[in-house]
Formats: sequence, structure tokens, C-alpha cells
Amino acid sequence: MVTHTEAADTAERGTTAAKPPNTKLGPMARGEARLAFALLAPTFAIVLAIVLFPLLANFWISFKPVQLADLRPPTPVASERVRGEATAVGDQLLLQYRLRNSSQKAEIRDVSLTDTLPDGLEPLEIDERCVLDGTAISCDLGTWPPGYRERIEIPLEVGAAYLADPVSPRDSRPVMVGDAVNILTSFDFTLSNFQRAFSASEFWVVLRVTIYYTVFGTAGALVLGLFAAQLLNTNFRGRGFLRGLFLFPYVAPVIAVAFTWVVLLDPFSGTLNAIFKQMGVVDSPINFFGQRAVDFELFGLQLSFPLALSTVIAFEAWRYFPLSFLFILARMQSISSDMYEAAEVDGATPMQQFWYISLPQLAGIMSVLFLLRFIWTFNKFDDIFLLTGGAAGTRTLTVDVYEQGFALSNLGAGAAVAVVVFFVLLVFALVYFRFTPKEEGL
Amino acid sequence: MTIGVGYIAGLVSGALWGAIAMIVFGVTLTLASGAAATPAVTAGAIAGLLSAAVLMYRPPEGRTSGVAIASAAAMLVGLVLVSFAQPFGLPLSQLPAWQGIALIAVVGCVWAANRLCLQDARSGRLTRYDFEVIVVRVLKGLGFIIFTIIVALPFYVMVMTSIKSQQFLIANPLDFSVDLSQGIGPLFDSYVRLFEEFRFGRYLLISAYVSVSTVVLTLLFAIPGAYAVARLRFPARTVLSRSILLIYMVPAIVLVIPLYSVFSQLQLRDTLLGLMIVYPATTIPVALYMLQGYFRGLPAELEEAGLMDGCTRLGVILRITLPLSLPAVASVALYVFMIAWNEFLFAFMFLDNPDIFTLSRGVVSLDSSEVPRQFLMAGSVVATVPVLIIFLWFERFLVQGLTAGSVKG
Repeated sequence: MVTHTEAADTAERGTTAAKPPNTKLGPMARGEARLAFALLAPTFAIVLAIVLFPLLANFWISFKPVQLADLRPPTPVASERVRGEATAVGDQLLLQYRLRNSSQKAEIRDVSLTDTLPDGLEPLEIDERCVLDGTAISCDLGTWPPGYRERIEIPLEVGAAYLADPVSPRDSRPVMVGDAVNILTSFDFTLSNFQRAFSASEFWVVLRVTIYYTVFGTAGALVLGLFAAQLLNTNFRGRGFLRGLFLFPYVAPVIAVAFTWVVLLDPFSGTLNAIFKQMGVVDSPINFFGQRAVDFELFGLQLSFPLALSTVIAFEAWRYFPLSFLFILARMQSISSDMYEAAEVDGATPMQQFWYISLPQLAGIMSVLFLLRFIWTFNKFDDIFLLTGGAAGTRTLTVDVYEQGFALSNLGAGAAVAVVVFFVLLVFALVYFRFTPKEEGL
Repeated sequence: MTIGVGYIAGLVSGALWGAIAMIVFGVTLTLASGAAATPAVTAGAIAGLLSAAVLMYRPPEGRTSGVAIASAAAMLVGLVLVSFAQPFGLPLSQLPAWQGIALIAVVGCVWAANRLCLQDARSGRLTRYDFEVIVVRVLKGLGFIIFTIIVALPFYVMVMTSIKSQQFLIANPLDFSVDLSQGIGPLFDSYVRLFEEFRFGRYLLISAYVSVSTVVLTLLFAIPGAYAVARLRFPARTVLSRSILLIYMVPAIVLVIPLYSVFSQLQLRDTLLGLMIVYPATTIPVALYMLQGYFRGLPAELEEAGLMDGCTRLGVILRITLPLSLPAVASVALYVFMIAWNEFLFAFMFLDNPDIFTLSRGVVSLDSSEVPRQFLMAGSVVATVPVLIIFLWFERFLVQGLTAGSVKG
């Protein structure tokens, strides 16, 4: 806190001082910079820990042969049993430790077991690796290979103290300690994740689906948003109500609207199919999310329409048109009405006014929206995952990350796909930096 | 009267509206009453055409209310005659009240549409300007109807499915009629069971707790940061302010595998604490960006006056900057709340223990073939309603903040 106030004091005086022309910072400017960094430090820290570190860690994991199960580190496991009955002094009990390495793939070094015996039980003989100190047993078990199992048995003689107060030896749990190489931090690398990711013929299909989804989803949301903004750019009663309503798809949780679409478009009990059938539009229900493609003939050409993918794209456009609608409407309301009045005087028709006045004025915000939405659509995972789970030709790169990493339990392969996602995105980001018009304030 | 482009445009418009009104109200009739109606769309189009023909028969000055009534009557009579007294594919004796209401709605809709589109349209030759005016009016009308339907229909189905039983809907997926005679209790049975058996009350509280904590943490981090970026001069300031949004473009799915791995090993994965670390980290950059845009717009002179009068920087932030930017802070808070409330991916990946599910995670757990559909939809309604209420309540703030400060995906 002290440094804060000091920095603040210096900065205070710093604001009134003119910035020195040379590039070296004066003491006041340095104080101001120090305050700025102090204010930004918490943000840096959390972004570094939760965004940038995982980004790098993802590269690391993508070169490692990690399965989902490897996240549970190899541990020595012991289960303890007691055989025999203790009814009189001099009876014998047999204490068993069944030991195993929990991992089938990794060894554990320096395994040791420690346990405490109840009073009144005297070991008759003891394994050579173990030491008895009073009632405490400690065993030094060395290195266990993967999948190692063994059994240590200690015969015990029952004494009077035990009969008076029979505490089962199992009441004190054996403590197992061992060093295992953590697969995440070891220096064991492989390229097989990338080989697997790229060699599968599916990868290129996934990439193509991703591009279709991103391009058409973005364009759809933008065009719908443009139309919606045209509708609400006039004053009428109920305008506020409609504006609120049009924002619903964007505000509602993705989980709710995605499941609603699934229910609505269900081929058996879905409302939309029932309406279509009732109106005589279709003979048999359409399986919107389950059917990969519909074949049809147009002018003698055999064409195939990717049904599930189109439905998913329609959902994307539906869910995100409110955002473009909001921005386009805000921009339209800031266009000066003089221009339209002048056009009206010159006899320009409504369509001409739209083409030659509105659209050029909206070009800036629309291109920015397109770039940003393009990136966000590319990143989108939830929507497709909830609608189809990536089935029926709708698997995009992001869904593939989940599919490889978690559904197939191969974290390394998932991370490799995520690396591809990241690099494609990097290209987009560069385009974004290069082409964002600054005057749009984004 | 002269027959020209104007007259033909009027007829086309009338026929279009006749058909659309029949489809819309026919389907509405089916959904509301449960009767299997098949609207006579062609009859609707012909009647709409007749109605427009009557209206356009007189020049615009001569279209008195008498003509309007004649036009509406033409619609009604035409519709009933052409559809052989079965405008909705049902005998008029079946559900006469419902059919009557639907019929009045159709006639009223066509009458209003004709009035709005064609009232001042001449029937003879049209200038390009006048012709386009008619086209634009018709298109706008269509746009309103289509947008309203595509937005409202899924939400309507969500609510209605949640108060119907699954067997009932499989038997007749179009019957969304509300049977009030069974009383309020059985009607909302799925909600009662959702809260009693599926513990949605608990999930609601957990979601609220996580979202509010995320908002508080985000603001605590983002306000000082935004102030620094907006007001203070330091090296790399421009680079920084541009890279903030870049951070926001990092996809969550790229972060999920490493965070899952690390959080598993730190025992943070299946905990709410884990979520409350990840959520603010993903919302801070965008909150910072929106706030710094607003801070920049405040007059610096006010703060300088505060500094002159002996306030420290922190004092200035607390006493001058924050009170002035309350609307922006409110909109950012709402926005972050919305993100945290709706978040699905991390909740789904991190939470396995049903004791600490958030609403999103809870709804996913209802998506199984063993749980009837109405519970899934009731869960969706429970997840949607709070965020919609908050949104409608503060809509003005949110819209301002989104469009002024900046953006989101």
C-alpha cells in the first residue's frame, strides 16, 4: 500500500508536468508509469495465469503422449486385511498388506509404507524390508515397475492388552508414499498427436465444415441483423417492445435455446415437423439435426444439400443476429437525416436511398462486425456440441478438440487440434489488426 | 379507375397478405386449440386479392370507410365461399368460437395490411418511386411477421412444452392448448418436481452466487486497470489497449485442456472456486476494454481539479471517476453477469458433483432419455427467466454499454 500512495503522489505532480521531448522518462513520468503498472498488475496476473499460461501449456501438452487417465498420477495403493480370530492370549493373527501400483504404464520410485499396530499385538517375524519401532512399522519397498503387485504378511501374536481393548489393526490406515514421474511435467515428447490429427482424412472434412459454418453463420447473422435494423429504424408504437424481443435469442442461455431448437425440430414430436406435415409441405418428417445430406436434382444435376450443417448454421445466425442488429441500428440512427432529405428532393427511390446512402454509411461497422463475428463463430463450441454433438457432418475444429481430448480420452491429440485452432485464429487476428478501421472505435 | 401497374401491384399485395394471414392464424389456431386445422391458403390468397381489388377500385381520395368495409367484407365472403365454408379445413361447427376468432383475425389482418400498404396507392401507372414504396411496405410487413415468428416461436415452444407431458406431445405435437380446468398445481407439475427432485432451487442459488462473485471480482480487477489504460501515460500503452481485445479472442476450447489438466492436479477442478477463478479471467479483458472506452470520454479536467485539491489518485478514482461512470459500470456488471450466468463449457467440463452444479450444468444433466422432455424444457425456462428479467429491466443500460463501449461475441 505504501508504494501505491508514493506512486500516486509522484503521479499527481506528474500530470501537470509537460511530457519531456526525449524518449527517456523523467521521474514523474516514471512514477505515473509505476502507478499504471500497479493498477494493471492484478489483471496481468490473472490473465497470465488463466489465459496465457494455458495457451503455452496447450503447446506443451500437444507434444506429449497424455491420455485422460494419466491425469490421475501413479500412486502406490495398499489394502490391509486381518486373518484369524483373537479369543485367547497366544492366538495368532495374520496381517496382510496387498500392495499394487495404480498405474499400468509408469513406475514408482522410493515407495514406503508406514502403519501403526494396535497395543497388544506382537509381530512374530517381520519382512526384511520393514523396521519395527515400538508399535510403528515402516517398510522401504524400493522401486515398483508398472502394474506391480505384491503382498506383505506379518504374523502377530495376541497379547492380553489386545484382548482387553481390541482395536482392529485396520483402524490405522497404512500410509503409502512414492515418487512417480508426472506425465505432464516429464520430458517425454512425441509427434504422434500431430500425425494422428493431420493424417486422419476426417481432418480435412472437419476443416471444410468449420469454414462453411464460420462463413455462412457470420454472413447469416449479419444479413438478418441488417434487415432487422431496417425494420426498427422507424418510429412506431411497440418499437421498444420489438427491440427487446429481437434481443432474446442472444440474451437467453445457450443451453436453453439449443435444447429448445432440438425439441422444436425433433422429427417425431417436434412442432415444426408437425406444422409442415399438417400444411402438406412434407410427406415424412425431416430429421434436421440427424440427417447429413439431402440429395435432389436440379436441371439434371445431382446435388446434395448438407441438411444438419445448414440447420446448425441457421441456429448460429438466429442466435447472433441480435448483436449485429444492435450495432447496425445504433449506426443507422447516427446517420444524419439531411442526406435522406436531400435524396428525397432529388427523387431518389427508397431502394436507391438504401443502396447509395445507408449501405455505404454502414460499410465500416459491417466490416468490423464481420471480422469479429467471424472470429467468434470460428471459436464457437457450445452451440454445435449441444445441437448435434458433432454428428451428421457438423463437426468443426472446436468440437473436434473435445472429441479427441475427452470423448476419445486422448488429451494430447485434443491439444494438437487446439494448436491448429490457435494458429488459424492467429491469422484472423493479424487480419483484424491490419484492417480494423480505427474510426469505428473498436 | 384505370388498370395499370398500380392495380396489379395492389392485387399481388392483397393475395400475398391473404395467404400469409391464413398460414399464420391457421397455425396459431392449431397450436392454441389443439384441433388439426389445415388452413385453405389458396382460398386466402384469392380472397385477399378480391379484397385488394375492391379497395383499389376507387382512387385514393375516394377510399372512404365504406370502401374499407366493403373490402373487408369481400375478404370474409370470398374466403368462406372459396374454401367451401371450411376456411381452416374444419367444419364451422367444430370449435366455432376459436374458428370465429381466427376468421376475424384473418380479415382484420388483411384489412390492416391493405390499409397500410395500399391506402394511397394509385391504380394506374406508377412512378418508380411510388412502386418501390409499395414494395418496401410489403417487404417490411413480411419482415416484421417473419422476425417475430422466428424469435418468438422457440420461446413459446419452450414454455408450452414445459407444461405438457411428453406422452401427450408425442401423441399430438401440435396441441399446445392450456387445460386450465386441471388447476394450477398439475399444470406446473414439472416445475414443482424440478425444484423438489432435481434440486433446481439449489442450482439457482449456486448460479446466482457464482455469477455475482464473478461480477464483483471482474469489477475489482477491471476498474483500476481500465483507469490506468484510459488516463495514465506509460510505455506500451497503445499496444496494451489493442491487445486487450485480442485476449478476448482466445477461444475457450483452447484453454480447456490445459486448465482441465492443471486444475485436476491442483484439486480445483470439481469445485466452485475453480469456476470463480476461470470466469473472471475470461471476462476481465472485455470489461476493462468497455470501461476504458467510457473513462476516456469523461472530461479529464474534473480529475485534475480533484488532484489539485489534494486528492490522491485512488481518491480521484473513488470519488470522481466512479460516480461519474456509474451507468457504464452498471452495464458492464450486467453484461458480465449475463456471460457468467449463461456460461456452459467450463461448467460442463469442471463440475461432476451434483451438489455444486450451476444451472447450465443442471440442465445438461436433464438431457437424457430417462428424463421426460418437459423437465428439460422447464429447466431451460428456469435458466432463462432470471437473465431475461434482469435484461429487460436494465435493457437501456445494457444496450448503451454494448454499443458505446464496445462489443462481444
